[in-house]
Amino acid sequence: MSKREIIDARELNIALNRLCCKLIENHGDFSDSILIGLQPRGAKVLERIVGLLESDYQVKNIRTGLLDITFFRDDFRRRSGHLQPNKTRIDHLVEDQKVVFIDDVLYTGRSVRAAMDAILSYGRPAKMELLTLIDRRFSRDLPIQPDYKGRQVDSIASQRVEVLWEDVDGRDAVLITEPTS
Amino acid sequence: MSELSVNHLLGIKHLTAEDIQLILDTATQFKEVINRPIKKVPTLRDITIANLFFENSTRTRLSFELAEKRLSADVVNFSAASSSVKKGETLVDTVNNILSMKVDMVVMRHPNPGAGEFLSQHVDASIVNAGDGAHEHPTQALLDAFSIREAIGTLEGTKVAIVGDIVHSRVALSNVLLLKKMGAEVMVCGPTTLVPKYMHTLGVRVEHNLQTAIEWCDVANMLRVQHERQDIKYFPSIAEYRAQYGLTMEHLDALEKPIVVMHPGPINRGVEITSEVADSEHAIILDQVQNGVAVRMAVLYLLAEKRKLSKG
Repeated sequence: MSKREIIDARELNIALNRLCCKLIENHGDFSDSILIGLQPRGAKVLERIVGLLESDYQVKNIRTGLLDITFFRDDFRRRSGHLQPNKTRIDHLVEDQKVVFIDDVLYTGRSVRAAMDAILSYGRPAKMELLTLIDRRFSRDLPIQPDYKGRQVDSIASQRVEVLWEDVDGRDAVLITEPTS
Repeated sequence: MSELSVNHLLGIKHLTAEDIQLILDTATQFKEVINRPIKKVPTLRDITIANLFFENSTRTRLSFELAEKRLSADVVNFSAASSSVKKGETLVDTVNNILSMKVDMVVMRHPNPGAGEFLSQHVDASIVNAGDGAHEHPTQALLDAFSIREAIGTLEGTKVAIVGDIVHSRVALSNVLLLKKMGAEVMVCGPTTLVPKYMHTLGVRVEHNLQTAIEWCDVANMLRVQHERQDIKYFPSIAEYRAQYGLTMEHLDALEKPIVVMHPGPINRGVEITSEVADSEHAIILDQVQNGVAVRMAVLYLLAEKRKLSKG
């Protein structure tokens, strides 16, 4: 197993700031927007983006939520092992609101398909958008593309793209993990 | 976390502490699901479940049916009263007939202890025991444990008194087995005629005085006196039972610390507990009912997960 760093802390920070600016361009004061982190790893991206929006861009009262998509996945009983559900926290009505799904890595698009299905349990949003920190290009199984992307990465199926966070892993970085053959 | 270690839920006896933890943790997520504006998830849409009730049940059958429907499973219901069982068909034949209609899981209540176990050895479906005679009622014990964990915060070290008709109760046995596995302290309390002699071998305290029991415990699980299972008189009269073992507000008001009162239902109001207690803030009886749906969804989800689809 070999690991290669493709984005360092500085580059990651620039990407996060750029994503915040793009969100502000489209959502203004966020009064009719809800930012929803996809569990488990989207939660961390959500936390960082909301932190930046509040501290560096003075956007206040941002409404957020966490969505777990386990029960809406399309590979139940098709993969070995256990699918562990995570906590869902949606405290706001999503009816007629602009929902932005936030995740760390967009790969096949199947999680996002499940998220679009899952969010409808809480009402009919006016609009759904997708923000992803890393977009693994040319690897989609479904016709799904991000509205906001931090960085595009070219990778092959055997590789894994992993995002590290300072408060959890000791540093901010994005790694590509390759199995050694 | 890994998958369940079992392919059927026949009794608490067969579960490990990790299995129980997994079921309770998964139920927490399902409790959130059943409180959404739209309470249905598509997870079991390719699963068909037969509910076979060879014995009367209202709340357990409803709870299972709702859990199955919330998971989008297809459901067929069968009750012994209107079936060929009356015409002399055997259990295996009845179930095989139903399974030939491509049923994946069977939820069964049966008056004979071990009926679920017997069935699991003879048919190719996941079996969930919804009560087998006076033997086990695993989903009731799981929902009771879930409710205790929700009310108190933990099972480990929590003192639970199970009060009433222990000898005829499958709820009591499953509760004792589960609570012991999860590190709770358990006491059973009731008239000597209604407490089986083997109880102390399960590592539980045996008490015959209600006052002592409620002073000791954090949670009192008040069981129903099962008149329908009593072939002889186990106590002189209902009035005497009520005087000795009926939980009243006076009992609760006199305690130094508040306790949680549970009841698996259906309640005989004015016998094992008074109406006042059943409707008081101490009672979590209706929470138990809601938690029952979430816990059964977790059990069905985790058992279905083990039935992998074969490719091709």
